[in-house]
Amino acid sequence: MIDGFLALYIFMLAAFTGYEIIARVPVILHTPLMSGSNFVHGIVLVGAMIALGQAQTPFEMAIGFVGVLLGAGNAAGGYVVTERMLEMFKSSKPQAGKGSK
Amino acid sequence: MSWLPILIKGCYFLAALLFILGLKRMSSPRTARGGIVWAGYGMLLAVLATFFLPDMHNRGLIIAAVLVGVGAAWWSGRRVAMTSMPQMVALYNGMGGGAAAAIGAVELIGYARHLDPALASTAALLSPVELSLGVLGALIGAVSFSGSLIAFAKLQGWLDKRFVFPAQRVVNMLLLAAAVLIGVLLVSGHASLPLIAAFFALALLFGLMMTLPIGGADMPVVISLYNAFTGLAVAFEGFVLGNEAMIIAGTVVGAAGTLLTQLMAKAMNRSIGNVLFGSFGASGGEAQAIAGAQKPIDASDAAVMMAYAERVVIVPGYGLAVAQAQHKVWEFAKLLGERGVKVKFAIHPVAGRMPGHMNVLLAEAGVPYDLIADMDDINPEFPNVDVALVIGANDVVNPLAKTDPASPIYGMPILDVMNAKHVIVIKRGKGTGFAGIENALFYADNTRMLYGDGQAAVGELVTALKSVDS
Repeated sequence: MIDGFLALYIFMLAAFTGYEIIARVPVILHTPLMSGSNFVHGIVLVGAMIALGQAQTPFEMAIGFVGVLLGAGNAAGGYVVTERMLEMFKSSKPQAGKGSK
Repeated sequence: MSWLPILIKGCYFLAALLFILGLKRMSSPRTARGGIVWAGYGMLLAVLATFFLPDMHNRGLIIAAVLVGVGAAWWSGRRVAMTSMPQMVALYNGMGGGAAAAIGAVELIGYARHLDPALASTAALLSPVELSLGVLGALIGAVSFSGSLIAFAKLQGWLDKRFVFPAQRVVNMLLLAAAVLIGVLLVSGHASLPLIAAFFALALLFGLMMTLPIGGADMPVVISLYNAFTGLAVAFEGFVLGNEAMIIAGTVVGAAGTLLTQLMAKAMNRSIGNVLFGSFGASGGEAQAIAGAQKPIDASDAAVMMAYAERVVIVPGYGLAVAQAQHKVWEFAKLLGERGVKVKFAIHPVAGRMPGHMNVLLAEAGVPYDLIADMDDINPEFPNVDVALVIGANDVVNPLAKTDPASPIYGMPILDVMNAKHVIVIKRGKGTGFAGIENALFYADNTRMLYGDGQAAVGELVTALKSVDS
């Protein structure tokens, strides 16, 4: 259990962190970054696992199962897609890539 | 012994740290690839740690679901074409939203069960704050789920028509209001199964109706917005479950996604509100009539024109990617380069289906970064460019965006291709672009049209160029 105000502080600081990380990103990386952040919220898988782990009736278990399925898809799919996109940036000749601004 | 919970919390902490550092690295081209790997390790750590939480039941079911979900997504993510990336992001994002909604559903159903005196158990009830955030997270997650699926279907080409009817906005607002009202009822101690079902049905329907009228050209902004939504939903459900990693990761994505959405909307010269509530293409006023005719050119003439040019700028659009012509174009550019022609690629911020999508597609073909120019850098140079070769781009080079206030794209920043001495446009046929808008560039005096499928047309150019004497 997390204290309400502590959660609020976490929320505030994490929000600023997210904002700052993106603030100076070049256009060239917008799509991979959107995909990367899409992967990061795949952490919902952990929550779905906990929900299924605590589910008691078959109905709850069924919904929890679907939740884990979807969460796992989010995490795995997000990773593969992002990795594939970023891999191609590596293949450009080294140091040529100061990128567009 | 209490070392296990501490170890698990430690893993979550490390995971949150790796996510943030990973995203940070992803925001620079040189470190980007390491970034996703770091974040990947964070995810692995968090998932493994979760298995060892105390009070976890149904472990077999969990493992089965994880394996199936990971397997299916891994397989589909591996084999999908680069051009389909945007809709895959939408799909995976929708899954995340659905998972958040499912967490909310399980928590709510469990809560409702405890309210029933016949089934009353001793388990602790959720606090009002937790319950409210859980309901809110479920609402946002469900909207993101159904909305993202519609976005996926639209980009995949399964839903071509825009779905518009009178008083649509009012109906949508009523749907949302009804969902919120039921949410309030759920929070204020009236949780029951039928009410919970109605709540999710309304939320899903709202996401559906919200996204259906939005045109395909605006989808990237919508996907980015739903990405932020899912992050927020994950953070809220993380609060309900008391999971700090979810709160931090979800919030970081929520904030980053919101900013990214704004940046994208700005690149398209549209506000987020305009994207969501204005109907693209439904602007009032008569569009300017375009005088003149499209003037064709054949591949050999075009090749000669470029072979003896000093500076050529290639403007790739989504049509190029659809035709899978990136490699051919790069081959053509290299041939020109061997003849001493200065070749550059000019990319509009929203070329492709998402900002940066075209950069990815060109990188796939091996085009180095330093030959790729941004709109702001290349626009002043166009008057000195001998030939601008436009391949499969349409709206982003349409001068009507500057001259015709009645045009739906009026005010959108464009590549000033029409300022080049000569323009060659490779285009499949005479039709209008993705957004269904007539393009004045095609009728300009200095423009020649090279009709044909992108891949084939560029292939002809390559052949023709090879036969030009040097």
